[in-house]
Amino acid sequence: MSVFKQIASVTVMNLKSIPQRAGASSVIVIGIAGVVGVLVSILAMVGGLSQMTTRAERADRAIVVSTGASFETLSNITREAAQIIEDAPGIKHGTDGKPLASAETLAIVRLPLKRTGSTGNVALRGVGGAALAVRPEIHLVEGRLFGAAVREVIVGRTLQRQFRDLELGKHLSVRGSEWTIVGIFESHGDPHEAEMITGAQTLQSAFQRNTFQSVAVLLDSPDSFAQFKSALTGNPALTVDAMREADYLRQQSQAFSTLLSVVAYLIGGIMAIGAVFGALNAMYSAISTRTVEIATLRVLGFGASAVIVSVFAEALLLAMLGGAGGGCIAWLMFNGHAVSTNGGGLTQLSVPLAVDLDLIGVGVLWACLIGMVGAAFPAIRAARAPLAAALRGI
Amino acid sequence: MKFLPLVWTSLWRKKARTIFTLLSILIAFLLFGLLQGVNAWLNAFGSGSNANRLYVASRVSEVQPLPSAYLSQIEGVPGIRHATYIAGIAGYYQEKHNNLVALATDVPAFLSLYPEWQVVPDQLAKMSRTRDGAIVAAPLMHAFGWKIGDRIPLRTSVMRQDGGADWQFQIVGTYDVPSIPAEANRILVNYAYFDEARLLERGTVWAFVVSVDDPARSAQICAAVDALFVNSAYETVTQDEKAYVQGQLRQLGDVSLMANAIVAAVLFTLLFLTGNTMMQSVRERTSELGILKTVGFSDRSVTALVLVESVLLCVLAASLGLAAAAAVFPVVAALGIGGSALPLKVVVAGLVMAVVLALASGLPPAWRARRLAIVDALAGR
Repeated sequence: MSVFKQIASVTVMNLKSIPQRAGASSVIVIGIAGVVGVLVSILAMVGGLSQMTTRAERADRAIVVSTGASFETLSNITREAAQIIEDAPGIKHGTDGKPLASAETLAIVRLPLKRTGSTGNVALRGVGGAALAVRPEIHLVEGRLFGAAVREVIVGRTLQRQFRDLELGKHLSVRGSEWTIVGIFESHGDPHEAEMITGAQTLQSAFQRNTFQSVAVLLDSPDSFAQFKSALTGNPALTVDAMREADYLRQQSQAFSTLLSVVAYLIGGIMAIGAVFGALNAMYSAISTRTVEIATLRVLGFGASAVIVSVFAEALLLAMLGGAGGGCIAWLMFNGHAVSTNGGGLTQLSVPLAVDLDLIGVGVLWACLIGMVGAAFPAIRAARAPLAAALRGI
Repeated sequence: MKFLPLVWTSLWRKKARTIFTLLSILIAFLLFGLLQGVNAWLNAFGSGSNANRLYVASRVSEVQPLPSAYLSQIEGVPGIRHATYIAGIAGYYQEKHNNLVALATDVPAFLSLYPEWQVVPDQLAKMSRTRDGAIVAAPLMHAFGWKIGDRIPLRTSVMRQDGGADWQFQIVGTYDVPSIPAEANRILVNYAYFDEARLLERGTVWAFVVSVDDPARSAQICAAVDALFVNSAYETVTQDEKAYVQGQLRQLGDVSLMANAIVAAVLFTLLFLTGNTMMQSVRERTSELGILKTVGFSDRSVTALVLVESVLLCVLAASLGLAAAAAVFPVVAALGIGGSALPLKVVVAGLVMAVVLALASGLPPAWRARRLAIVDALAGR
């Protein structure tokens, strides 16, 4: 009998006997499902965050904030500076000949959260006239756009889901004045969809401010960025930083993503070690119940490799079952489920968890590794057991 | 007690299995200790805070400025002993990742509100004489290699009247917070100098800090302060220090929800593992248990033997795991998450959890041992 045939027949026989050892086998499956479930769930937050930020990014869009401001809320750009920025070279011009740039003012307001009723911070963004041309992904799904010089806002869909009383037509009381919600917008679920938008002038007069926090511009082409940036940094009247939108968004979420990944792999790693011990236990007990059977096979002429492979096959099958199970549980329980977190610069951000096939793949890979380590020692032991003693079942 | 050696021997009947189970439980409780430790630390955040101190911030949001002129009105509220304002200057020193926050305030008034911040009296006097002076947290001095007398440039986003956004301060002293070392990470500067030199938002502050004579009355005082400014353009929200800190922390997100979910997943998995181990061990010992019953052990004592074995294994492993967590916890704390020591509360909860786990996983095998008929057991059926 060829080695491969031997391996195949021993493996099939072994796998068929798994139901008889259901208790020990389920330890591997459940243990690994636990590890993979936790790992995949936490990594899904990282995935959700990066999906959210990359969803709407465009290579030909740039954000300008004042030098040293890591968040928009810490930035200040004077009216004069904003004017200079809007006139800088490299910016695309609309059909009316005006630059496609939006100088924006950001205010943070407290609103009650749906889930707890406690307050969370919400960004109220005042935008310039060209804002919708700069961000064409923002589109109204209900109502109309805010009017000029009236206290009207449009509310993002994500924000509406997260906070109370943000339906069309409702009123918000902010700093003793009434604001009316006149529209609901969507923008592919990017961070702007978790904001309220109004006109910059309206916001500035309501909050008695005369500065902007950032300027968003649409460039002639992605390659115009260098020209645009050098024009701003070369101007001694400006103390601002220009960043590509992708870089800016990444910088906003990077600290949190890194922290989450570290937590995921740390906790996943510790749990994996625990699961390895569980798998070792289960596999040792699996071969110890099969001692006589394995010895008989060896006496009949089956090689050690066939026995070793069959043990590995059993462990891998159970591990993959556990890995896929854990991944599916994470998917069923958490996919699309939003966790709220700090969106950087004090605003509350609701991040949808994204469990995809890649992530489940990572989980199954971990499961296989745990299964392999758990099977290695028992397999060697099974192959090495002295036949005479093993046959007598000692 | 006299049966303890018996339980101990049967526990080690199969060394490899017991050791692997022990290690799995150990790891699970290491994780339990760390996660719940961080959780407890988060929940207790600000509990070291001073119940005498209240914070007055804008109702609109924490970053919305308030007029500094509110101070005299706030001071007039009965029951308030001291009050001052704070404004922040966020920026960095030399490199972008060296983030720093300078607090612009009335420094002597501020320090009388924070008696735990310790400054040498001479240095405080010097601070009052030096308009652009700064009192820097001792750990920051150490980290950046600063000395008293140095002039430190901060690159900020707060514009100066002369057009720049770089601020220079002269270090005249240092402070320490021996009770909460992690709190020593700020730079104190004179508000008067800062407000005069800045271009925008002059005459405004981030928040007011007040101390009250009687913490029991702080709820009324909070309401009284907020009532002063109701319906003005700058409405306020006044909270005690603990509520304020917890509110800031909640912005971080559902950390405790996550930690609890993970712990639940770990313990659930563990239940299967230990349950299986105990079941196997009882099954293998069927004939031994039969002999025990033959020599006169009652059903109840056999059940107890199995349960005690399970409790012994779980509690032993959990103690080792929690000890490991206590040893690792300060290391995690050094990364900025978690306190200096694992709270006793967590250790106790862990041990209770271990006993519950042991009973839950030991019950089915114990039941089996109890129901065992001597004839069947001895026949190995």
